[in-house]
Amino acid sequence: MRVSRGIRLSLRVVALGYLFVLLAVPIGVILWRTFEPGLSEFLASISTPAARSALNLSLLIVAITVPVNVVFGVATALALVRGRFRGRGLLQAVVDLPFAVSPIVVGVALIMLWGAGGWFGALDQAGFQVIFGIPGMVLATIFVTLPFVVREVEPVLHEIGQEQEQAASTLGANGWQTFWRITLPAIRWGLTYGVVLTVARALGEFGAVIMVSSGFPGVSQTLTLLVHSRYIDDHNTYGAYAAATLLMGIALVVLLLMTVLDRKRSDR
Amino acid sequence: MITVTSARKNYGSFAALDDVSLDIPSGSLTALLGPSGSGKSTLLRSIAGLEELDSGTVTIEGRDVTDEPPQRRGIGFVFQHYAAFKHMTVRDNVAFGLTIRKRPKAETRKKVDELLEIVGLDGFQHRYPAQLSGGQRQRMALARALAVDPQVLLLDEPFGALDAKVRTDLRQWLRRLHDEVHVTTVLVTHDQEEALDVADRIAVLNKGRIEQVGDPVTLYERPANDFVMGFLGSVAHLGGQLVRPHDIALERDRATALALDAKVVDSPGVIDAVVERVVPLGFEVRVELRAESGERFAAQITRRDAAELQLREGEKIHARATGRSSVIDVDPALAI
Repeated sequence: MRVSRGIRLSLRVVALGYLFVLLAVPIGVILWRTFEPGLSEFLASISTPAARSALNLSLLIVAITVPVNVVFGVATALALVRGRFRGRGLLQAVVDLPFAVSPIVVGVALIMLWGAGGWFGALDQAGFQVIFGIPGMVLATIFVTLPFVVREVEPVLHEIGQEQEQAASTLGANGWQTFWRITLPAIRWGLTYGVVLTVARALGEFGAVIMVSSGFPGVSQTLTLLVHSRYIDDHNTYGAYAAATLLMGIALVVLLLMTVLDRKRSDR
Repeated sequence: MITVTSARKNYGSFAALDDVSLDIPSGSLTALLGPSGSGKSTLLRSIAGLEELDSGTVTIEGRDVTDEPPQRRGIGFVFQHYAAFKHMTVRDNVAFGLTIRKRPKAETRKKVDELLEIVGLDGFQHRYPAQLSGGQRQRMALARALAVDPQVLLLDEPFGALDAKVRTDLRQWLRRLHDEVHVTTVLVTHDQEEALDVADRIAVLNKGRIEQVGDPVTLYERPANDFVMGFLGSVAHLGGQLVRPHDIALERDRATALALDAKVVDSPGVIDAVVERVVPLGFEVRVELRAESGERFAAQITRRDAAELQLREGEKIHARATGRSSVIDVDPALAI
């Protein structure tokens, strides 16, 4: 298609303007407001006990979510690609459910299931608090991040096929050895990419987590919850900006990692 | 010796193997030859344990391996698309089976280097499969399969993905390798030329059944049925019989043709035909003909005969079958 120079230029201007207004301006404003009073003010704001606890809690949730998603994600992807069983189509659909369901619905569902009056409420009454405790927040995060590893590993498994695994078995490797030496190295880039997406989403999750968290500063606030409470409850706008910048900084590192990995993956 | 007894394998309603029994003698190089869907790959994969039989047994060197997984069958397997371990170097690929068996490092290294030299990949130890050509990858796969000292070597269309020149080179190389190593080898192919070139025994498969087993000469000269004859070498339909094109003689004179034909037992008779095309093929000439019945067939004659006959397109000629060995009755179902 031939497009005149004028149209091409104006299309570029529109696209860039759109990105600028919708993405760059809001982020820029937060960065500007954060660093306006100086770096020391920012550092002070993100090292209060509540902020440190929020960072730690966010990282703790990530640290639990990632291994769980890796193990079950790879197993599910293997079942979806290699398995020949009834209900495979249903499983395919169920895996995508977290993409379709609003996180707030997930939160409500978890309360109904694990809360004091829920089906597994006995656990709560026995003293093991799921809802309004860390287990609930982990469960909510696992729910919303479940598809990432599965959906990144699945196409790679399709692509590599089964011949390498069969070759390994004819060479004397048992199932476990084949998985560790052949399958896992073959899917490693897809898996890493899925993990990075999981980390990003786990850090940023808000809707599902706020429903199941008691929200006490320094106890059960993640970084996203901290931003929210500082802004809404404490009217500490500056604190909210600073926490948001910290969150963005971590997300940026994750994003950079993702770009590097993606490039590495497409090289192969 | 590999013995397959009454093997059956169905995929849904499709019978990939329909009561197949086959003995493969130790030290032989046997080709499983057949069109796609004939069950030849299924048979090979069943011997390897990559496919589970619905019924029947497989024994390798006297050991019943029917219920054993591939890793306990003492086999080496080579896939059509190499199945190279992409994340490993050539050395690690070839060493894989030995590493799994936890052999001492020095011994493994020595063996791998020896094998790479045999397959002509010495100096490629640190390359990755992506840095090799198709032929090199397949030779690496062969070295990898041989590294574990298999009792039998199974090759599934090993040269199918390679271009024609590399293919002929590699199969001659495989033949020489087999003469040196003497490991019982089974090769699946749909290419009759490849089977005739490489194998000392051929099993022809069709629709999940074995049509005939024998050495290449027997199969070519005494095919058990139309299918085997049609699949191994080219055939012409002459007066309701299948004849090899080079067993057709052409005569200018009808009386001469009739006199010579009378000496051939069970001959299809003398067929009057029109020359449609004369194609020089180097040493031989292919003459494409149309019989009076409208049936088209081709005769392959020497250059000298062709020169004597001075064939021109559109001329009338008389065709007869000379040899009896490869003349068999046509199964009505196969006659065109």
